[in-house]
Amino acid sequence: MRVAKDTSAEEKNGVSAVRVRRVQAADIPDVIALDTRVTRIAKGQYWNDVFRRYGRRRPEERFFLVAERSQQRAESRLLGFIIGEIRAWEFGSTPCGWVFALSVEPKARLHGVGSALLNAICEEFKKAGVSKMRTMVARDARLPLLFFRSEGMMAGPYTQLEKDLE
Amino acid sequence: MRLQVSTRLAIFAVLELTAREGHQLAVADIGKKYGVSSHHLAKVMHVLGRAGLVRSVRGAKGGYTFVGNPRRVTLLDVVALFEDLSSTDQGNGDTATPEDQALREILSEIDDIALATLGSVTLSTMRKLVDRRRLDRSSRRPRSRRLDGFGRVQEIQK
Repeated sequence: MRVAKDTSAEEKNGVSAVRVRRVQAADIPDVIALDTRVTRIAKGQYWNDVFRRYGRRRPEERFFLVAERSQQRAESRLLGFIIGEIRAWEFGSTPCGWVFALSVEPKARLHGVGSALLNAICEEFKKAGVSKMRTMVARDARLPLLFFRSEGMMAGPYTQLEKDLE
Repeated sequence: MRLQVSTRLAIFAVLELTAREGHQLAVADIGKKYGVSSHHLAKVMHVLGRAGLVRSVRGAKGGYTFVGNPRRVTLLDVVALFEDLSSTDQGNGDTATPEDQALREILSEIDDIALATLGSVTLSTMRKLVDRRRLDRSSRRPRSRRLDGFGRVQEIQK
Protein backbone atom coordinates (compact mmCIF):
# COMPACT_ATOMS: atom_id res chain seq x y z
CA MET A 1 0.00 0.00 0.00
CA ARG A 2 1.33 3.41 -0.88
CA VAL A 3 1.53 5.91 1.90
CA ALA A 4 0.92 9.60 1.40
CA LYS A 5 4.06 11.67 1.83
CA ASP A 6 4.61 13.60 5.01
CA THR A 7 3.54 17.13 4.33
CA SER A 8 5.53 19.53 6.39
CA ALA A 9 4.29 22.99 7.15
CA GLU A 10 5.84 25.73 9.20
CA GLU A 11 4.85 26.01 12.81
CA LYS A 12 2.09 28.57 12.85
CA ASN A 13 0.07 29.76 15.79
CA GLY A 14 0.37 26.61 17.79
CA VAL A 15 -0.25 24.07 15.02
CA SER A 16 3.03 22.28 14.46
CA ALA A 17 4.04 20.67 11.16
CA VAL A 18 1.32 18.51 9.66
CA ARG A 19 1.82 14.90 8.65
CA VAL A 20 -0.61 13.32 6.21
CA ARG A 21 -0.88 9.53 6.03
CA ARG A 22 -3.31 6.76 5.19
CA VAL A 23 -6.06 6.17 7.73
CA GLN A 24 -5.75 3.26 10.17
CA ALA A 25 -8.47 1.45 12.10
CA ALA A 26 -7.31 3.17 15.30
CA ASP A 27 -8.11 6.59 13.75
CA ILE A 28 -11.80 5.88 13.21
CA PRO A 29 -12.98 6.84 16.73
CA ASP A 30 -11.18 10.19 16.24
CA VAL A 31 -12.73 10.59 12.76
CA ILE A 32 -16.19 9.91 14.19
CA ALA A 33 -15.60 12.33 17.08
CA LEU A 34 -14.36 15.10 14.74
CA ASP A 35 -17.25 14.62 12.32
CA THR A 36 -19.75 14.63 15.19
CA ARG A 37 -18.26 17.88 16.55
CA VAL A 38 -18.43 19.51 13.12
CA THR A 39 -21.78 18.22 11.81
CA ARG A 40 -23.50 17.63 15.16
CA ILE A 41 -24.80 14.33 13.81
CA ALA A 42 -23.27 11.15 15.20
CA LYS A 43 -22.97 8.52 12.48
CA GLY A 44 -20.56 5.88 13.72
CA GLN A 45 -21.95 3.10 11.52
CA TYR A 46 -21.49 5.23 8.40
CA TRP A 47 -17.82 5.98 9.20
CA ASN A 48 -17.03 2.36 10.02
CA ASP A 49 -18.54 1.42 6.67
CA VAL A 50 -16.56 4.17 4.88
CA PHE A 51 -13.38 2.86 6.53
CA ARG A 52 -14.11 -0.67 5.29
CA ARG A 53 -14.72 0.57 1.74
CA TYR A 54 -12.19 3.42 1.43
CA GLY A 55 -9.59 2.62 4.08
CA ARG A 56 -9.06 -1.02 3.16
CA ARG A 57 -10.28 -1.82 -0.34
CA ARG A 58 -8.74 -0.86 -3.70
CA PRO A 59 -6.04 1.42 -2.24
CA GLU A 60 -4.74 2.14 -5.74
CA GLU A 61 -7.83 4.25 -6.46
CA ARG A 62 -9.39 5.00 -3.06
CA PHE A 63 -7.76 7.39 -0.65
CA PHE A 64 -8.76 7.97 2.95
CA LEU A 65 -6.07 10.21 4.42
CA VAL A 66 -5.72 11.77 7.85
CA ALA A 67 -3.68 14.75 9.04
CA GLU A 68 -1.98 14.76 12.40
CA ARG A 69 0.64 16.83 14.16
CA SER A 70 4.15 15.69 13.33
CA GLN A 71 4.93 15.93 17.00
CA GLN A 72 1.94 14.19 18.48
CA ARG A 73 0.40 15.55 21.61
CA ALA A 74 -1.96 13.72 23.87
CA GLU A 75 -4.99 15.88 23.11
CA SER A 76 -6.75 16.17 19.72
CA ARG A 77 -4.17 14.13 17.80
CA LEU A 78 -6.25 14.07 14.60
CA LEU A 79 -6.33 17.43 12.80
CA GLY A 80 -8.50 16.41 9.88
CA PHE A 81 -9.25 13.90 7.17
CA ILE A 82 -10.00 13.75 3.45
CA ILE A 83 -11.55 10.99 1.37
CA GLY A 84 -11.65 10.59 -2.38
CA GLU A 85 -11.48 8.09 -5.16
CA ILE A 86 -10.86 7.83 -8.86
CA ARG A 87 -14.07 7.38 -10.78
CA ALA A 88 -14.45 6.85 -14.47
CA TRP A 89 -17.14 7.20 -17.14
CA GLU A 90 -19.91 8.30 -14.82
CA PHE A 91 -21.82 11.24 -16.32
CA GLY A 92 -19.69 10.71 -19.43
CA SER A 93 -16.54 11.81 -17.59
CA THR A 94 -13.09 10.47 -18.33
CA PRO A 95 -11.29 9.18 -15.19
CA CYS A 96 -10.91 11.86 -12.55
CA GLY A 97 -10.35 12.14 -8.82
CA TRP A 98 -13.41 12.90 -6.70
CA VAL A 99 -13.10 14.32 -3.20
CA PHE A 100 -16.28 13.62 -1.29
CA ALA A 101 -15.28 14.36 2.31
CA LEU A 102 -12.95 16.87 3.92
CA SER A 103 -13.04 17.92 7.55
CA VAL A 104 -10.62 19.91 9.69
CA GLU A 105 -10.63 20.25 13.45
CA PRO A 106 -12.26 23.67 14.06
CA LYS A 107 -9.47 24.77 16.45
CA ALA A 108 -6.82 23.93 13.84
CA ARG A 109 -8.42 25.77 10.91
CA LEU A 110 -6.60 28.52 8.97
CA HIS A 111 -3.24 26.83 9.63
CA GLY A 112 -2.83 24.92 6.38
CA VAL A 113 -4.29 21.57 7.47
CA GLY A 114 -6.97 21.54 4.73
CA SER A 115 -4.38 22.56 2.12
CA ALA A 116 -2.01 19.80 3.27
CA LEU A 117 -4.79 17.21 2.98
CA LEU A 118 -5.93 18.46 -0.42
CA ASN A 119 -2.35 18.58 -1.75
CA ALA A 120 -1.72 15.06 -0.50
CA ILE A 121 -4.79 13.58 -2.16
CA CYS A 122 -4.05 15.48 -5.38
CA GLU A 123 -0.58 13.90 -5.38
CA GLU A 124 -2.19 10.48 -4.98
CA PHE A 125 -4.58 11.19 -7.85
CA LYS A 126 -1.69 12.31 -10.06
CA LYS A 127 0.35 9.22 -9.19
CA ALA A 128 -2.68 7.13 -10.14
CA GLY A 129 -2.67 8.79 -13.56
CA VAL A 130 -5.52 11.31 -13.49
CA SER A 131 -5.12 15.00 -14.19
CA LYS A 132 -8.44 16.39 -12.94
CA MET A 133 -9.88 16.64 -9.45
CA ARG A 134 -13.52 17.40 -8.65
CA THR A 135 -15.69 17.95 -5.65
CA MET A 136 -19.20 19.21 -4.92
CA VAL A 137 -20.07 21.92 -2.38
CA ALA A 138 -23.46 23.22 -1.26
CA ARG A 139 -23.98 26.76 -2.58
CA ASP A 140 -24.66 28.07 0.91
CA ALA A 141 -21.63 26.35 2.49
CA ARG A 142 -19.52 29.50 2.51
CA LEU A 143 -16.45 28.19 4.32
CA PRO A 144 -15.79 25.13 2.12
CA LEU A 145 -16.53 27.21 -0.99
CA LEU A 146 -14.00 29.86 0.05
CA PHE A 147 -11.47 27.14 0.83
CA PHE A 148 -11.77 25.24 -2.46
CA ARG A 149 -11.72 28.50 -4.43
CA SER A 150 -8.58 29.60 -2.59
CA GLU A 151 -7.02 26.32 -3.68
CA GLY A 152 -7.58 27.29 -7.31
CA MET A 153 -10.74 25.28 -7.99
CA MET A 154 -13.17 26.68 -10.55
CA ALA A 155 -16.68 25.73 -11.68
CA GLY A 156 -16.57 22.56 -13.78
CA PRO A 157 -18.52 21.61 -16.90
CA TYR A 158 -21.33 19.81 -15.04
CA THR A 159 -24.51 21.18 -13.49
CA GLN A 160 -26.05 19.32 -10.60
CA LEU A 161 -29.81 18.81 -10.97
CA GLU A 162 -32.37 17.30 -8.62
CA LYS A 163 -36.12 16.93 -8.05
CA ASP A 164 -38.48 16.07 -5.26
CA LEU A 165 -39.90 12.57 -5.53
CA GLU A 166 -43.58 12.74 -4.76
CA MET B 1 -23.58 38.48 -15.93
CA ARG B 2 -22.71 42.01 -16.94
CA LEU B 3 -21.07 44.42 -14.52
CA GLN B 4 -21.17 48.18 -14.76
CA VAL B 5 -17.94 50.00 -15.58
CA SER B 6 -17.78 51.37 -12.00
CA THR B 7 -18.03 47.86 -10.55
CA ARG B 8 -15.25 46.53 -12.76
CA LEU B 9 -13.10 49.53 -11.88
CA ALA B 10 -13.71 48.99 -8.17
CA ILE B 11 -12.61 45.36 -8.48
CA PHE B 12 -9.50 46.31 -10.48
CA ALA B 13 -8.66 49.08 -7.99
CA VAL B 14 -8.88 46.84 -4.90
CA LEU B 15 -6.84 44.18 -6.68
CA GLU B 16 -4.15 46.78 -7.46
CA LEU B 17 -4.14 47.92 -3.84
CA THR B 18 -4.06 44.40 -2.37
CA ALA B 19 -1.07 43.62 -4.60
CA ARG B 20 0.78 46.46 -2.84
CA GLU B 21 -0.11 45.76 0.75
CA GLY B 22 0.85 48.61 3.06
CA HIS B 23 1.61 50.98 0.20
CA GLN B 24 -0.64 53.67 -1.18
CA LEU B 25 -1.45 54.16 -4.80
CA ALA B 26 -2.58 57.38 -6.44
CA VAL B 27 -5.89 57.39 -8.28
CA ALA B 28 -4.06 58.73 -11.34
CA ASP B 29 -1.77 55.67 -11.41
CA ILE B 30 -4.66 53.21 -11.27
CA GLY B 31 -6.61 55.25 -13.82
CA LYS B 32 -3.64 55.29 -16.19
CA LYS B 33 -3.32 51.50 -16.09
CA TYR B 34 -6.99 50.94 -16.91
CA GLY B 35 -7.41 53.91 -19.24
CA VAL B 36 -10.04 55.75 -17.17
CA SER B 37 -10.25 59.30 -15.95
CA SER B 38 -9.13 60.11 -12.41
CA HIS B 39 -12.48 61.85 -11.95
CA HIS B 40 -14.46 58.66 -12.62
CA LEU B 41 -12.12 56.56 -10.51
CA ALA B 42 -12.23 59.06 -7.63
CA LYS B 43 -16.00 58.52 -7.39
CA VAL B 44 -15.46 54.76 -7.27
CA MET B 45 -12.78 55.12 -4.58
CA HIS B 46 -15.11 57.31 -2.55
CA VAL B 47 -17.70 54.50 -2.45
CA LEU B 48 -15.02 51.97 -1.48
CA GLY B 49 -13.81 54.35 1.23
CA ARG B 50 -17.31 54.80 2.62
CA ALA B 51 -17.61 51.01 2.82
CA GLY B 52 -14.38 50.84 4.85
CA LEU B 53 -12.41 48.93 2.25
CA VAL B 54 -9.90 51.64 1.35
CA ARG B 55 -8.50 54.70 3.11
CA SER B 56 -7.13 57.83 1.52
CA VAL B 57 -3.76 59.12 2.63
CA ARG B 58 -3.12 62.81 2.10
CA GLY B 59 0.16 64.41 1.20
CA ALA B 60 2.65 64.60 -1.65
CA LYS B 61 2.96 60.81 -1.80
CA GLY B 62 -0.66 60.33 -0.88
CA GLY B 63 -3.15 57.98 -2.43
CA TYR B 64 -5.29 55.07 -1.40
CA THR B 65 -4.46 52.04 0.66
CA PHE B 66 -6.51 48.86 1.16
CA VAL B 67 -7.66 48.45 4.76
CA GLY B 68 -9.86 45.35 4.53
CA ASN B 69 -8.77 41.74 4.94
CA PRO B 70 -8.11 40.33 1.43
CA ARG B 71 -8.73 36.81 2.77
CA ARG B 72 -12.18 37.80 4.00
CA VAL B 73 -13.47 40.38 1.51
CA THR B 74 -15.16 38.71 -1.45
CA LEU B 75 -16.04 39.92 -4.93
CA LEU B 76 -19.65 39.97 -3.75
CA ASP B 77 -18.76 42.53 -1.05
CA VAL B 78 -17.37 44.86 -3.73
CA VAL B 79 -20.01 44.18 -6.38
CA ALA B 80 -22.84 44.78 -3.89
CA LEU B 81 -21.62 48.37 -3.41
CA PHE B 82 -22.29 49.23 -7.05
CA GLU B 83 -24.88 46.82 -8.45
CA ASP B 84 -28.50 46.22 -7.59
CA LEU B 85 -28.41 42.61 -6.46
CA SER B 86 -32.03 42.37 -5.50
CA SER B 87 -33.81 39.40 -7.01
CA THR B 88 -34.90 39.52 -10.63
CA ASP B 89 -38.36 38.73 -9.27
CA GLN B 90 -40.53 41.41 -10.85
CA GLY B 91 -44.04 40.05 -10.60
CA ASN B 92 -46.69 40.15 -7.95
CA GLY B 93 -46.86 36.79 -6.19
CA ASP B 94 -50.65 36.79 -5.90
CA THR B 95 -51.47 37.69 -9.48
CA ALA B 96 -48.52 36.05 -11.23
CA THR B 97 -49.44 33.56 -13.92
CA PRO B 98 -47.97 30.04 -13.80
CA GLU B 99 -45.75 31.13 -16.71
CA ASP B 100 -44.50 34.10 -14.62
CA GLN B 101 -43.86 31.86 -11.65
CA ALA B 102 -41.98 29.26 -13.70
CA LEU B 103 -39.81 31.93 -15.32
CA ARG B 104 -39.11 33.55 -11.96
CA GLU B 105 -38.01 30.18 -10.58
CA ILE B 106 -35.44 29.78 -13.37
CA LEU B 107 -34.20 33.38 -13.04
CA SER B 108 -33.89 32.95 -9.30
CA GLU B 109 -31.76 29.84 -9.92
CA ILE B 110 -29.41 31.95 -12.06
CA ASP B 111 -29.27 34.67 -9.38
CA ASP B 112 -28.44 32.11 -6.68
CA ILE B 113 -25.56 30.68 -8.70
CA ALA B 114 -24.18 34.14 -9.54
CA LEU B 115 -24.30 35.30 -5.91
CA ALA B 116 -22.76 32.07 -4.60
CA THR B 117 -19.93 32.37 -7.14
CA LEU B 118 -19.16 36.01 -6.33
CA GLY B 119 -19.41 35.27 -2.60
CA SER B 120 -16.95 32.36 -2.84
CA VAL B 121 -14.05 34.30 -4.33
CA THR B 122 -12.00 36.44 -1.94
CA LEU B 123 -9.67 39.20 -3.14
CA SER B 124 -6.79 36.98 -2.09
CA THR B 125 -8.09 34.17 -4.32
CA MET B 126 -8.56 36.67 -7.16
CA ARG B 127 -4.95 37.79 -6.76
CA LYS B 128 -3.78 34.18 -7.09
CA LEU B 129 -5.94 33.83 -10.21
CA VAL B 130 -4.51 37.03 -11.69
CA ASP B 131 -0.96 35.84 -10.96
CA ARG B 132 -1.69 32.50 -12.59
CA ARG B 133 -3.08 34.19 -15.71
CA ARG B 134 -0.02 36.43 -15.80
CA LEU B 135 2.24 33.37 -15.62
CA ASP B 136 0.24 31.58 -18.37
CA ARG B 137 0.53 34.65 -20.52
CA SER B 138 4.28 35.03 -20.10
CA SER B 139 4.89 31.35 -20.84
CA ARG B 140 2.75 31.38 -23.97
CA ARG B 141 4.38 31.45 -27.38
CA PRO B 142 4.02 34.72 -29.28
CA ARG B 143 0.61 35.09 -30.84
CA SER B 144 -0.74 37.32 -33.52
CA ARG B 145 -4.08 39.03 -33.16
CA ARG B 146 -7.00 39.57 -35.50
CA LEU B 147 -10.58 40.70 -35.18
CA ASP B 148 -13.27 38.05 -35.49
CA GLY B 149 -16.62 38.56 -37.23
CA PHE B 150 -18.04 40.26 -34.13
CA GLY B 151 -15.19 42.76 -33.85
CA ARG B 152 -13.67 40.92 -30.89
CA VAL B 153 -9.91 40.44 -30.60
CA GLN B 154 -8.84 36.86 -31.29
CA GLU B 155 -5.37 35.58 -30.51
CA ILE B 156 -3.85 33.19 -33.04
CA GLN B 157 -1.13 30.76 -31.99
CA LYS B 158 1.79 31.04 -34.43
